[in-house]
Amino acid sequence: MLALFLRDIRLSIRAGGGALTGVIFFLAVIVTIPFGVGPDLNLLARIGPAILWISALLACLLGLDRLFQADREDGSLDLLVLGNDRHMLALTVLVKCLAHWAGSVLPLVIAAPLLGLFMNMAPVGIGATALTLLVGTPAITFIGAAGAAVAVALPRGGLLISVLVLPLIIPVLIFGVSASYGAVADPDPFLQPFLILAALTLFLAVLGPVAAALALRHGTD
Amino acid sequence: MRLIAENLGGERGGETVFSGIGFALEKGQALVVTGPNGVGKSTLLRVIAGLLPAAEGRVRIEGGPEAFPSVASACHYLGHQNAMKPALSVAENLRFWRDFSGADFLGVEEALETVGLDGIGHLPFGYLSTGQRRRAAIAKLLVSRRPLWLLDEPTAGLDKASEGRFGEVMTNHCRDGGIIIAATHLPLGIEGAKELRMTG
Repeated sequence: MLALFLRDIRLSIRAGGGALTGVIFFLAVIVTIPFGVGPDLNLLARIGPAILWISALLACLLGLDRLFQADREDGSLDLLVLGNDRHMLALTVLVKCLAHWAGSVLPLVIAAPLLGLFMNMAPVGIGATALTLLVGTPAITFIGAAGAAVAVALPRGGLLISVLVLPLIIPVLIFGVSASYGAVADPDPFLQPFLILAALTLFLAVLGPVAAALALRHGTD
Repeated sequence: MRLIAENLGGERGGETVFSGIGFALEKGQALVVTGPNGVGKSTLLRVIAGLLPAAEGRVRIEGGPEAFPSVASACHYLGHQNAMKPALSVAENLRFWRDFSGADFLGVEEALETVGLDGIGHLPFGYLSTGQRRRAAIAKLLVSRRPLWLLDEPTAGLDKASEGRFGEVMTNHCRDGGIIIAATHLPLGIEGAKELRMTG
């Protein structure tokens, strides 16, 4: 299992991997926002956490379609499915999700504080947003894995995955953003939405890989 | 160990491709599946591996070691694709499959030497020629131990010398008590192999 994790990390870093694409897309969206909404610094600071979250979410969706498709195209997926007796397929999927998160999404979380400066956010707000992203983005990958598994056989499945997955990610977005606001706006709570966000991630860490494994088992042809 | 297929039927997209195929293989035996294109050789192999559900009948394995309770866990499946990543080196690819599949058999260097690819383990898989890629995929069969080999046109793209070498590898595997089922158009050079002709 560690071997699978290391292989996927290596692939995401080497040429053709998606590690940089997401960060560049994230940067592009955040840099465009101030041009769109105008140079009102207070407004930017107010919408900052929400914009960071939405951009990070879209950047997460960007690389999801390759999660299983690359393995399917070169035949590795067949062997991963056949290995079910040694490594339960749901666990294999979980490890692939963790590797995908560490390789393609973690760079977004690391870049988020820097991009928060572009939005004129206060240091506490930046810290809180980065923390909620760190805890919340794995949930996006886990649901995304289920979507990616369903659409694995489709040559242009990327858009379909986004459409399938977006409605399911909305709760993660809501609690992520409200926890980020809770840290800066005084009467709003931080801890409660943050704990619900953590619970969502843990819940989806089980449900997503199991659903994806089911889809992959029945999707081989 | 025995591999038994009873009255096996397979379908693709709702249409029956073959039906009523049965055979029993003892350890040390090889079965070569031949027949024209589109007759269902690959489908048969995928049904045996369990990658496709059987439309009728079933495949089972009897009396194998405890580590391999099902056909899927006992088999190496070599499909049309090589299941190797072009961005990783040949040795990295092989090391990954050895660690993932478990049951270590030959070392990576030794396996590459067996298929005549010694000294190129450090090259990215994507730099290799078609025949070399196939040989690297064959080396993948050797890095972890599985009694049953399911090979789908294993010699596609191989030159004469490599074909001969691979014939020896397969004969050795049978001699060690393994079972081979191979779909092919070319003679494979396995001594004493049975033949299953699919006629559609």
